[in-house]
Amino acid sequence: MGRTIVEKIFDSHRVDNPFGDIHVIRLDAVFCHEITTPIAINDLEARGKDRVYDPSKIKAVIDHVTPAKDSKTAIQGKILRDWARRHKIRDFFDIGHNGVCHAIFPEKGFVRPGYTVIMGDSHTCTHGAFGAFAAGVGTTDLEVGILKGVCAFRHPKTIKIDITGRLPKGVYAKDIILSIIGRIGVNGATNRVIEFSGHAVESMNMESRMTLCNMAVEAGATCGICTPDMTTLEYLWEFVKDEFPSKEAAMAEFSHYKPDPDAVYDKIIEHNIGTLEPQVTYGYKPENVRSVREMEKTKIDQVYIGSCTNGRIDDLAAAAEVLQDQKINSGVRGIVSPATPKIFNEALERGYIKIFMDAGFCVTNPTCGACLGMSNGVLADGEICASTTNRNFNGRMGKGGMVHLMSPATAAASAISGYITNSNLYQG
Amino acid sequence: MKKFNGKVLFLDRADINTDEIIPAKYLTENSKQALKPYLLEDLELDSFLAERDIAGKSVVITRSNFGCGSSREHAPWAFEVNGINLVIAESFARIFRQNMFNCGMMAIELPREVIDRLFSVIDQKDTELETDLEKNVFKISANGKTEEIPFAISDFDRALVEAGGWVDYADLKY
Repeated sequence: MGRTIVEKIFDSHRVDNPFGDIHVIRLDAVFCHEITTPIAINDLEARGKDRVYDPSKIKAVIDHVTPAKDSKTAIQGKILRDWARRHKIRDFFDIGHNGVCHAIFPEKGFVRPGYTVIMGDSHTCTHGAFGAFAAGVGTTDLEVGILKGVCAFRHPKTIKIDITGRLPKGVYAKDIILSIIGRIGVNGATNRVIEFSGHAVESMNMESRMTLCNMAVEAGATCGICTPDMTTLEYLWEFVKDEFPSKEAAMAEFSHYKPDPDAVYDKIIEHNIGTLEPQVTYGYKPENVRSVREMEKTKIDQVYIGSCTNGRIDDLAAAAEVLQDQKINSGVRGIVSPATPKIFNEALERGYIKIFMDAGFCVTNPTCGACLGMSNGVLADGEICASTTNRNFNGRMGKGGMVHLMSPATAAASAISGYITNSNLYQG
Repeated sequence: MKKFNGKVLFLDRADINTDEIIPAKYLTENSKQALKPYLLEDLELDSFLAERDIAGKSVVITRSNFGCGSSREHAPWAFEVNGINLVIAESFARIFRQNMFNCGMMAIELPREVIDRLFSVIDQKDTELETDLEKNVFKISANGKTEEIPFAISDFDRALVEAGGWVDYADLKY
């Protein structure tokens, strides 16, 4: 019987199969940040088990609140920093070198097709873009991952979403994933992996695939996953070129993690994007999705461009294209957070940072900050934010604030007008 | 082994997320106990007031997709430090459900019609629940009557509850 991508990954990583329906799998990487890891570290110390299973497979970053904003966040950073030093974790990224975890770890080449990855962060599903199984977990799973290098999962049923049609101009991966969540709901893929396939996915670059997979968890999915192909290989080649004699050899290896043609899916959904318009959320659930056209009278107080969903160079490029020679509305506060130092540098070199600043944006250092109302752009009660992030939950960016999720192009256009607005890049 | 008995808190909405259970601004705490005053702080429900309704409760009964959103284990911990170690729902988000069992707590699913009936016929102010983990039965007492409701728990989840959580289980086995 044919197998899905995740079934192949589980088969090659299974170390135990307790009670028949649980798969304990070996982990190729454990990612850590300063919000969910310190309590795991403290607990390991308290148990007298302050060890790591393999320091070369643990990657850590301070990203949620950086630089520290108060004593508590300074302590969280210090616990992670001291632990990384103590255990000789080489890949630890601190001030000056740090960025949003789901942007910086792929950028460093830490995720490969067929890998298994966990992190104490629900948006770990982002890394499935590389044909890996990557799942968000709680602190206890993280703690066991750090100590033993294993994690337990129930059998991973897969929903295949076949994305067909040609993406209209000015419409992006963010609009696609919003439209999918709007269609299947916040509970539509719970306990499932979503395999994104179809011509639209094959023609996407890795940045767009990461945006797509990033929000799989907003439909409840364990992981979003894309089939590894030449696009995956080209992105990773600089990191793997010493391991393979040729690109063909690397592709042969990566191809082990393509789904079989007769793989068995829990469900197959065809999702046509040929006439898709730019999308935006309303309300407090990511499934509350409409076209931007239907929301155009909505006045906004703040625009936020950044996060693990849309803080990458292509996202900044799309926003900068809209903002070129424009000023943002005087009633709007604009904030842009390039997701990593590399992205920040590239945005500088390409002139995007100047475009943002000339338009009236505040450009911050790479951090998760505003997305979850922790720092760098918290909303006041009653304020409305046009945001390129992934969650519009009540209070997410600040108590009493409303978040409308959208693409960077839509966010940039909305900053200029002061209302939710379709970008001039969209020609519907 | 822990007991899973006591007064019931009813939360009558689907898709209650982890930001509503414990807002992100409290994730800078490095102890579980510090989370106690903030449980369900951002949950806005007509029938619910955190400062009035949480004290003295040991069990939550709620609707579908409970605990969706973030992976924060602070959500189960915030229940735990308030004395709540059992959540019964029509369904759970994966990470929240796993986090509950990983902490030796329980997240049990019941069919929609059973949950619907509990919400419609039971006195939500004065309901007590007792868990019989040998017979897999909840005994629910309200309105002067006691009703037995069977539930299912997988062998793995039961093993985690018996071991007191995943760290102890995994440390012994792997």
